[in-house]
Amino acid sequence: MSTQVQLEIFEGPLDLLLHLIKKNEVSITDIPIATITKQYLATLELMQGLNLDVAGEYLIMAATLMYIKSRMLLPPEEGDEEDEEEGDPREELVRRLLEYQRFKEAAGDLEKREILSRDVFVRPSAAQAEVGTVTFEGLSIFDLISALQRVLELLPEEEFHAVTLEKISVRDKMNLLLDHLYRKGQVVFQSLFEGATSRLEVVVTFLALLELVKIRAVRAWQEERLGPILIEASAPLEEVSERIKNEEVEGEGNGA
Amino acid sequence: MERDRLKSLLESLLFAAEDPLTLPRLGGLLEGVEKDEILSVLQELLSEYETQGRGFRLVEVAGGYQMRTPKENADWIRRLHQTRSARLSRATLETLAIIAYKQPITRAEIENIRGVDVEGVLSALLERRLIRIVARKDVLGRPFLYGTTAEFLQFFNLKDLTQLPTLKEIEEMAVPQIPPTEPAEVREPEAPPAKSEE
Repeated sequence: MSTQVQLEIFEGPLDLLLHLIKKNEVSITDIPIATITKQYLATLELMQGLNLDVAGEYLIMAATLMYIKSRMLLPPEEGDEEDEEEGDPREELVRRLLEYQRFKEAAGDLEKREILSRDVFVRPSAAQAEVGTVTFEGLSIFDLISALQRVLELLPEEEFHAVTLEKISVRDKMNLLLDHLYRKGQVVFQSLFEGATSRLEVVVTFLALLELVKIRAVRAWQEERLGPILIEASAPLEEVSERIKNEEVEGEGNGA
Repeated sequence: MERDRLKSLLESLLFAAEDPLTLPRLGGLLEGVEKDEILSVLQELLSEYETQGRGFRLVEVAGGYQMRTPKENADWIRRLHQTRSARLSRATLETLAIIAYKQPITRAEIENIRGVDVEGVLSALLERRLIRIVARKDVLGRPFLYGTTAEFLQFFNLKDLTQLPTLKEIEEMAVPQIPPTEPAEVREPEAPPAKSEE
C-alpha cells in the first residue's frame, strides 16, 4: 500500500480517519487497523514536514490507533472472560467515527440550505438612516470587545526596544478619531487601528472610541448580522467638540 | 376588513419589517382580524409571489414570515452589495450541526464528537449570535450549555428546528458503506481469470 497521501485540509483526527477509510474503500465497522494506522502516521509526518501545525488531538488519536492495533494482535482470551469487556477493541473508535460522520453529513446539509446573505437576501434595515439616537444598534459592548481582541491578535509581536513614550491621551485620540471620521465618512472598526504598533495604542484608541459612542458623537453598527462593525460620525463637528469639552473623559492624563 | 385591504396591509407590514413577523405578532398589529383570515391571506401572498415569479418571495422562517429574494437572483444582489459569497468553514458548519441536533450541549461534549478543540469556533458563533448559552449543566464545573438561536433559523432559512432532517434520515441518505473486500462477482463471466488464487 502506498504511503503517499494527498494533503487535504482535515478537520481533525476523526476527519482524517474517515478520509483514509474512504480512500481505502473499507468499511468503518471493519477497519484494517494496521493499514489505516500506517497511513494515518504517514499523513501526520507529511503535515509536520509541511510545517503544518499538528495539534495534540492528532497525536492522541495516533496513540489510540496503536493501542488498538496492539490489542488486536493479542490472542483472543479463551472462555472464562468471554462476557467481560472482551469486545472488538475497535468498537469505541467505530462508534465515534459513525457519530462524527453523521454530523459531517448534517453539516453538509446545512451548507446546502438557502443561506441568508449568501443565497437569499432581506432588505437591509432602515435603522442605518437614523442618526444620533441609538448608538449601539444591535451591537453590544461585547461585540466591540471581541472586535478589539481580533485587532490585538493581529498586532505584530512586541519587540523589546527602547521605549519612547508617546503621550497620547484618550481625549487627544478622540479628536484624532473624529478628524478621521469626518474625512472618511463611514469606516470599518478595524481600520481605526491601522498603523497602531502597540497594545497600549490600540487600547487608547478603543477607549476613545467608547467615549465617542457614549457622548453620541459616533455610531457603531453592523449592516448585517455577520458583517463588519461600521463606525461613523453622527453629529456635526462643532456640536461634538462642545460635548467633548464638557465631558469628563475617563483615563484623562494617562498618556499612552 | 376587506380582504384586498388586509392583503395590502400585510404586504406593507412584511415589506417594512426587519425580522420575520409571526402570526401572533401580526394578529396583535391587526387588531380585530381573525388569525385564520391573516393566515389565509399570507398563504395567498406566498403563492402569488411564487407563481408570478416575483423578485421577492414570502418565506416562512424562524417561526414567522419574511420577504426574501429568491436564490437565483443572489449573484446580482451580491454585485449590488459588492460582497462576495462568504464561505462557511467546515468547523463552523460541523459545530453548528452538532449544536442544532444535540442542544443543549456543552463544549466538552461537542469536542468529544468533533475530536478537536472548538473554543474559537464557539466564541465566533456566539458573536454571530447563531448560538447562545442556554443554561449551565448540573455537573462538576457547571459548564455552559449551548443552543441555537432564532438567528440560526433565519440564517439557514429554517421555519423551525423540526425542518432539519433527522439524524436517522441523514444516515439513510448517506452513501451506503462499501462492503469489505467483496469480489465483483457480476463481472466474472466476461473478465478473464486474472490470477488463480486457490
